[in-house]
Amino acid sequence: MQLTGAEIVIRCLQEEKVEHVFGYPGGSVLFIYDELFKQDQVKHILVRHEQAAVHAADAYSRSSNKTGVCMVTSGPGVTNAVTGIATAYMDSIPLVVISGQVPTAYIGQDAFQECDTVGITRPCVKHNFLVKDVKDLAVTIKKAFYLAKTGRPGPVLVDVPKDVTVQKCEFSYPKTISMRSYNPVVKGHAGQIKKAVQLLLDAKRPMIYTGGGVILSDAAEKLTKLVRMLGFPVTQTLMGLGGYPATDRQFLGMLGMHGTVEANMAMQECDVLLAIGARFDDRVIGNPSHFSEVARKIVHIDIDPSSISKRVRVDVPIVGNVPEVLDELIRQLEAAEARPDEKHLAAWWKKIDEWRGRNCLRFKQGKEKIMPQYVVQTLYEVTGGDAFVTSDVGQHQMWAAQYYKFDKPRRWINSGGLGTMGVGLPYAMGVRFANPKATVACITGEASIQMCIQELSTAKQFRLPIKIVNLNNRYLGMVRQWQEMFHGNRYAESYVDALPDFVKLAESYGHVGMRIDKPADVEPAIREAFTKHKNDLVFMDFITDQTANVYPMVAAGKGLSEMILAEDL
Amino acid sequence: MRHIISILIENESGALSRVSGLFSARAFNIESLTVAPTEDPSLSRMTIVSIGSDDVIEQITKQLNKLIDVVKVVDLSEAAHIERELMLVKVRATGKDREEMKRVADIFRGRIIDVTESTYVIELTGAGSKLDAFLEAIDTSLILETVRTGVCGIGRGDRILKV
Repeated sequence: MQLTGAEIVIRCLQEEKVEHVFGYPGGSVLFIYDELFKQDQVKHILVRHEQAAVHAADAYSRSSNKTGVCMVTSGPGVTNAVTGIATAYMDSIPLVVISGQVPTAYIGQDAFQECDTVGITRPCVKHNFLVKDVKDLAVTIKKAFYLAKTGRPGPVLVDVPKDVTVQKCEFSYPKTISMRSYNPVVKGHAGQIKKAVQLLLDAKRPMIYTGGGVILSDAAEKLTKLVRMLGFPVTQTLMGLGGYPATDRQFLGMLGMHGTVEANMAMQECDVLLAIGARFDDRVIGNPSHFSEVARKIVHIDIDPSSISKRVRVDVPIVGNVPEVLDELIRQLEAAEARPDEKHLAAWWKKIDEWRGRNCLRFKQGKEKIMPQYVVQTLYEVTGGDAFVTSDVGQHQMWAAQYYKFDKPRRWINSGGLGTMGVGLPYAMGVRFANPKATVACITGEASIQMCIQELSTAKQFRLPIKIVNLNNRYLGMVRQWQEMFHGNRYAESYVDALPDFVKLAESYGHVGMRIDKPADVEPAIREAFTKHKNDLVFMDFITDQTANVYPMVAAGKGLSEMILAEDL
Repeated sequence: MRHIISILIENESGALSRVSGLFSARAFNIESLTVAPTEDPSLSRMTIVSIGSDDVIEQITKQLNKLIDVVKVVDLSEAAHIERELMLVKVRATGKDREEMKRVADIFRGRIIDVTESTYVIELTGAGSKLDAFLEAIDTSLILETVRTGVCGIGRGDRILKV
């Protein structure tokens, strides 16, 4: 049957079983939106800014492992989407972005709402396409979904000129796709895994360090099995939280710039390190030469060869998909007669427990000012640790990561790589569409929330009962913290003046607003939000201590063991 | 160290910018880059000369492999290979310089492919270092213009880069 390009786009989405598309219409995608209108299999979520469409699709994927889909118009639609695309790219989130483009004959003429979409997005997508002929449209969209989800996932953009959406051709959606230039490795090399098993069994001070790769590949259960089998300590990156139950004794907490003493010290002093789906980035291991001063053997499992030996030299690289590699690793460990040395392991745990005894995350909640850590801790208790938690970027993000203990994967949704302020609210929307019954909280700050505040309107339209936990310290908190610690208390442009009344603001959008400024009111307010206002969006504006800092802290360029602790000050 | 990296890449529009964009985005160095379609018009072959430590070159090859359109990557300098570059040089050729220029060109097995009363255009092929040597061998003040293609290379013997 002959279909128009616009019909083909929608048919492809239906074939891919896409249920939700986040987007914003405009001139060059009008024909596509017309076809969206004529069907009801694919639901469209109208956001208030294209950036939020991409963030929502991104969190939709993070919280469900489906591919997120968004649609934007040409020119400013695309440029607004770029932050969202770059955010997803840095955290390897599978997205398909369909963008409108001016008609092919106008490309390069500086037409109205024209931009070089393929050029602008090239550095922040896994791949992108400009479809110049309607005959290529279906196969290109198929490739986009295939590329987004396989190998190391990532966003893929398909740019569709307006005339292509009008042209007709025979439609057939390919069942499978194969590309001679793209064959990601799935299974790990058995010989390399054998070497890894040997190293792990011989280790005296072993450590397991895992990242977002475990979450993205749905390998949490296998990881848990492996960690328990070995009896080794495990730490996780910001992106890896939930990959292993945070309430388990073998979990040492998050590592890195704001990691726990026990995680960072064990990372620094281990003799064998098993890294799984993590990439040794600067916020995780600090100064790579300081990290490399200690002699240790490193086994690194990752699906992306370019992540291996990028910042730190690795002894046993294993390229492959984490679940497949873990299966083989577990199989070989089970087959091996040797077991980890109990005596050495016990001594290592003794040392770790000493570090743990420093209790580096303790804080004092007095009667006057609300401590932000206390709010997160209370949220954790009230929600029984079972909520989906999104966050924005800054101090509140770190407190959320430190004090909300994630026992399950895909519950912690934040922008790790790009560190994009403004993601929290659209992330919460995306989570709720992917998990319609879930409890969703957005931990944010008064600065971050204002970067996508317009989405309160989308949340009202779709009746999304998100609980916004605004840790309001009237400062760009993390900037202020760095200025206090490294810039002689000169708080350049980090004070947030002329804040709105968030209660009234929330109410004006038709939501429930609360302002909480006493420690004693924190718990009752959160309880009320989750019970009385269960079905409403509640904006909880917590007026918190302005001077609270995130500890421990490894200053930029320092080594992991050179932490600044609250107790040192 | 100087490396010659050969790539087979899908001959799609924008393929070159994916490669050059990767180099600038990741602060890798490009000494030269040449590209043209192969005998199979759906594939282009690119030769990139880059200078970097072993770690950097390893990252370059890995990152190139990661590009979706890249079919194959090989570091030619890892084994026996041949490299060639073409240079066209326009020189002032008058008086006693005219005969001397011809002689030097002959020594370097260059060919004079354009002649006027006062100029020659000399065509010279060879490894980059040979072309450099030629430019050093002639009087700099006589050079009017030079243009070089950048290096292309191929493995010796049975080493074949093919899909």
